[in-house]
Amino acid sequence: MSYQVNRKGYYGEFGGAYIPEMMHPNIEELQEKYMEIINSYNFKQDFINLLKHYVGRPSPLYYARRMSERYQSHIFLKREDLNHTGSHKINNTIGQILLAKSLGKTRIIAETGAGQHGVATATVCALMDMKCIVYMGALDVQRQAPNVKKMRMLGAEVIAAESGNKTLKDATNEAMRDWINNPVDTHYIIGSVVGPHPYPDMVARFQSVISEEIKWQLDEQLGRELPTRILACVGGGSNAAGAFYHFLDDESVELIGIEAAGKGVDTDESAATLTLGKPGVLHSSRSFVMQTKDGQIIEPYSISAGLDYPGIGPMHANLFATKRAKYLWATDDEVLEAALELTQLEGIIPALESAHALAALKKIDLKPEDVNVINLSGRGDKDMETYLNHFGY
Amino acid sequence: MKNRINQLFLDKKENILSVYFTAGYPQLDDTVSIIEKLVASGVDLIEIGMPFSDPVADGPVIQNSSLVSLRNGMSIEKLFDQLIGIRETVSIPLILMGYLNPVIQYGLEAFCRKCAEVGIDGLILPDLPLNEYQENYREVFARYNLHNILLITPQTSDKRLKEIDEASSGFIYMVSSSSTTGAKSSVADFQKDYFERVKAMELTNPRLIGFGISNKETFDNACQYAEGAIIGSAFVKALDGNESLDVKISNFVNQVVKGV
Ligand SMILES: Cc1ncc(COP(=O)(O)O)c(C=O)c1O
Repeated sequence: MSYQVNRKGYYGEFGGAYIPEMMHPNIEELQEKYMEIINSYNFKQDFINLLKHYVGRPSPLYYARRMSERYQSHIFLKREDLNHTGSHKINNTIGQILLAKSLGKTRIIAETGAGQHGVATATVCALMDMKCIVYMGALDVQRQAPNVKKMRMLGAEVIAAESGNKTLKDATNEAMRDWINNPVDTHYIIGSVVGPHPYPDMVARFQSVISEEIKWQLDEQLGRELPTRILACVGGGSNAAGAFYHFLDDESVELIGIEAAGKGVDTDESAATLTLGKPGVLHSSRSFVMQTKDGQIIEPYSISAGLDYPGIGPMHANLFATKRAKYLWATDDEVLEAALELTQLEGIIPALESAHALAALKKIDLKPEDVNVINLSGRGDKDMETYLNHFGY
Repeated sequence: MKNRINQLFLDKKENILSVYFTAGYPQLDDTVSIIEKLVASGVDLIEIGMPFSDPVADGPVIQNSSLVSLRNGMSIEKLFDQLIGIRETVSIPLILMGYLNPVIQYGLEAFCRKCAEVGIDGLILPDLPLNEYQENYREVFARYNLHNILLITPQTSDKRLKEIDEASSGFIYMVSSSSTTGAKSSVADFQKDYFERVKAMELTNPRLIGFGISNKETFDNACQYAEGAIIGSAFVKALDGNESLDVKISNFVNQVVKGV
């Protein structure tokens, strides 16, 4: 069975491109050209060079000794938090800005939740001298204030989305509306493996450098390429897609995605899409969606702005449906505890999003000989206010 | 099979006025009164909006009417209940317009059957693209005699225009400029080029021009290039005032048609 996208843009029954006609020329152009561009010699050279010298890749695969002792199982951290701009998001924005250049675009738009994708987009726009507009839910503008300031200093215009719950879904709506209104000069850098085909596949390919590195880094450190399992948090699912990518066909490797349960999956303040959603169409692709019985999208909730989204990428919907990957959830409280634990055991302050993956360690049966790789998707700088308010330091 | 949309375009070749409103706005139970008053004011075709929580192709006015409508308790089920019996008083074509997800959750077949039962003639689902329609929807729509109304924009290539023409059976919805609904329109030069280019293609389907049509001037302008035009946001906005629905609706339509 292939877990990759098929020619029509579907992962099993999920995916597709449910776009209004106004977006057709841009999406068709991407569908026709993206593979050719990203497989070209020049693109590959530029991409690899920038990842190495600008982003600082490869990111370390770090054996977390004290965490391993605590959990009585081998724990490695894939340090995406050490990338330039502080998360995995930059892998994708580097790829997409190069693509936008080849397509002759001059104006970039993006949506952002935690602000990490917004910062990563504003950064590559500064680097490539492109006009940059970032849409961000008005609530997220407040709770991720440092990132808003960074984006502005980088030269981006940040526009607060005032509709809905004023979070990631609403920012995505606004970005799509912008693209509809600016069909010629603009490229939309979507921040996760969501949206119409070819975005889920394209973003997964740019993020797949994560699992490519994990393979040789494990080989280098342990003399084996395959871990027992990989854990990654899932909002739209891009860091998880990148961490799973080169292990999808190695069926012995257990793949675990962790969604944000917010205040709990039995409350109405949650963002655990695979647990609470059903198949539907949101943001131009068919996947699991949190929705009412009438098909209206439910406003999600999570303490972590980057996971506060009522959908999930179609690749994950298919991995879930085929049972290739398993999806767990973690609540706000479990996540805060896990973040503090990593901070005090290893001296690493994780992003709230990434702490969801850490929280899952308490939910699975770990054996002493297991090799667990946790994708530490980002660092906690942007979440300091939340941490300080909660822990009272 | 006879369909009221085809009949309209047989009977009338110019200045066709189509009006969109969001069902459930301003009040949940206004749907039937709004339809009847639009008919009494002389409009030729009505698009009934099914509200969706995340209308990405819509501008602020229709976003707001959708939000209010959902808060009022509107749903597809509720809308169908309201429309039962509408064909006893209304004979002009009625189209349902909305986003795909609520339709999928209602059940495609059940939705189409219900449309046929209450007397709906066509559907506009902006996020149902041509290829998905052809592969998975066309047959069901046809079984219930529902025309699928497809959109074109200034960026639509001639090749795709022909494909859309071929796949259409009611009329083609010609979006005036690539934009979300409610954008300002002035029929600028580049729009004229587009309108003329499409007119010269002599498509088999009639065309209505929509997005940004708001008054007599823009309506008349659009009617030079197509069989008629569609008004959405401007009408929804006109429902805001304090006067009775009756007055608001007849004032609005008179203003568009007669300029008074
Ligand atoms: C550090 C970090 N991890 C994870 C995510 C969630 O996104 P995804 O599921 O696409 O990796 C975000 C999103 O903002 C993030 O900032």
